[in-house]
Amino acid sequence: MYGFEAMTFNIHGGYLEAIVRGHRSGLLTAADYNNLCQCETLDDIKMHLSATEYGSYLQNEPSPLHTTTIVEKCTLKLVDEYKHMLCQATEPLSTFLEYITYGHMIDNVVLIVTGTLHERDVQELLEKCHPLGMFDRQVLFKIFLTAAAKLQMLIWCYFSSCFFSIATLAVAQNMRELYRLVLVDTPLAPYFSECITSEDLDDMNIEIMRNTLYKAYLEDFYRFCQKLGGATAEIMSDLLAFEADRRAVNITINSIGTELTRDDRRKLYSSFGLLYPYGHEELAVCEDIDQVRGVMEKYPPYQPIFSKLSYGESQMLDKAFYEEEVKRLCLSFEQQFHYGVFFAYMRLREQEIRNLMWISECVAQNQKSRVHDSVVFIF
Amino acid sequence: MSGAIVIGASGSWARALLKISPYTFSAIGIAVAIGVSVLGAAWGIYITGSSLIGAAIKAPRITSKNLISVIFCEAVAIYGVIVAIILQTKLESVPSSQIYEPESLRAGYAIFASGIIVGFANLVCGLCVGIIGSSCALSDAQNSSLFVKILVIEIFGSALGLFGVIVGIIMSAQATWPSKV
Repeated sequence: MYGFEAMTFNIHGGYLEAIVRGHRSGLLTAADYNNLCQCETLDDIKMHLSATEYGSYLQNEPSPLHTTTIVEKCTLKLVDEYKHMLCQATEPLSTFLEYITYGHMIDNVVLIVTGTLHERDVQELLEKCHPLGMFDRQVLFKIFLTAAAKLQMLIWCYFSSCFFSIATLAVAQNMRELYRLVLVDTPLAPYFSECITSEDLDDMNIEIMRNTLYKAYLEDFYRFCQKLGGATAEIMSDLLAFEADRRAVNITINSIGTELTRDDRRKLYSSFGLLYPYGHEELAVCEDIDQVRGVMEKYPPYQPIFSKLSYGESQMLDKAFYEEEVKRLCLSFEQQFHYGVFFAYMRLREQEIRNLMWISECVAQNQKSRVHDSVVFIF
Repeated sequence: MSGAIVIGASGSWARALLKISPYTFSAIGIAVAIGVSVLGAAWGIYITGSSLIGAAIKAPRITSKNLISVIFCEAVAIYGVIVAIILQTKLESVPSSQIYEPESLRAGYAIFASGIIVGFANLVCGLCVGIIGSSCALSDAQNSSLFVKILVIEIFGSALGLFGVIVGIIMSAQATWPSKV
C-alpha cells in the first residue's frame, strides 16, 4: 500500500538504501567536471580523478593512458559496487537489481552474434562486452560454439555452388538452434519468443532483433515493478515510461528513410508510456524530423525538450534527452523507502562514465572546444 | 449476586463480559503497557539503526550525533516500563464478595485503559521517531547542517509518547478499589 513503506522497508532494504545513497554522494559534481574540462592531457585527467572516488582504481595505471583504460576502470568501479549490493540483497530487491542489467545482457548477446557473423576474434569480442551484462562462462562458450559451427557450415558451403541460399539457411537454422538450446537458460529466454519467428538475419535485422528484445525487456520490467506496488511502482513507472518514450522517438528518427515499414516500426514501440497508444499511431507515420517534432510538442512533459532544438536539428536531441533523464533520476532520490534509487544510481553512474569518456576523447584528440557539446552535469 | 442486579445486564454476551474479573483487565493492561511500548521502541530502533549503519560507511562522522535518534526511541520503552510499574502498584486485592462491585470494575477498567493508552501511544511514537531518525541519518550524511533541523521534528514526534504517559497516569489515578469494609 502506498504510503506505509516506511514501516517495513528497512527490514530488508534499509542498509542497502543507505549504501546507495552514500555512493550517490560520490558522483562527480559540476565543479569536478569544470576541472576535468580544463585538463590538457589524459594524465591531468588521471590526476584530477585521483582526488575523487575513482582514485584507487586509476592510480596503478602506467603513464601512457588511453581513453579506453579510463572508461574501463570507471566501469569496473561501477561493477564492483553493483556486485557488492547484489550479494547483500534479498528478494525482491535482488531480482530488481538483476533486472537493471538485462539491458546490458541484450547488448552483449547482439554484440557476440554480430561479431561472430563478421568473423571477429573471440577474445576481442569478450573484451568489448559490457561487464554488467556478462553471462557465466559456460553459456558464453556455448554461444561461440554454436555460432562457430555455423561458420564451419559457411566455409563448407563456399566450396559448393549454391553458396548464398544454403548459407542463409545455415545461419537461420543455427540462430534458431542458438536461441532454443543456449539462451533458454539465461534470464533473457522469455524475450526471445518474439524473435524466433524471424527468418533471415543480416545486419539490419540484428538491429530489429535488439529493439524487439529491448521492448520485451522493458515491458517485463514494467510489469515486475507494478507487481511490487507502492512507491517503487509509482516511481519506476515514471522512469520506465520516459525510457520507452525516448526509445520510440529514437527508433522513429533512426528509421526515417530506411526500408522499415510502418507496421514494423509500430511493432518496436513498447506498450506503455505517455505516448501509448495515440502518440505511437502518430509517430509510426512520421517521415521526417519536423513531423516527429510536431507530434512530440503535443505532450507537455516533452515540449521543453523539443522547443530547445531549432528546426531541422537533431544532434542536440540526444543531449536534451539525457538531461531530462538525469533530472528525473535525481528526483527519485527525493523519496525514501523504495527501490527506484538503485535504478537511478546505476543510470546516473552510466551517464557519468559517458561524460568521462567524452571528456577524455575530446582531450585526447585536442578538441576541447567541443567538450561541452555532450557533457550532462548531474549536480 | 448483587453486582449483577445493580448493573442490570440483560443479554448473555454483556453478562459474560461483566463477569470477567477486573484483575484480568488490570493484568492485561499492565502487559500491554510494557509489551506494546517495547514493540514500538524496537521497531523504531531497527528502522533508524539499519539506515544509520549503511550511511555511516561513507560518512563515519554521523554515528555519534545520530545515536540521539536511537535514544529517543529507547525513551519510549522507558515510559512503558515506568507506567507498568506504577500500574502494578495500583493493583490491590479486594475480598471476593466485592470483586464485581462497580467500584472494582471501574478500577479494573481504569488500569486496563491506562495500559492501552500508554502502549499504543508509545507504539506510534516509536515508529514515528524511528522513521524520522532514518531520514535524519541519511540527510546528515549528505549535508551536516540538516541534522539539528531534523532533530526538532524528532523532538515533536517524541512528545506523542509523553502525551500518552500523562493521560495514562491520570487514568491510573482513578483506579481506586473498594475499601475493605
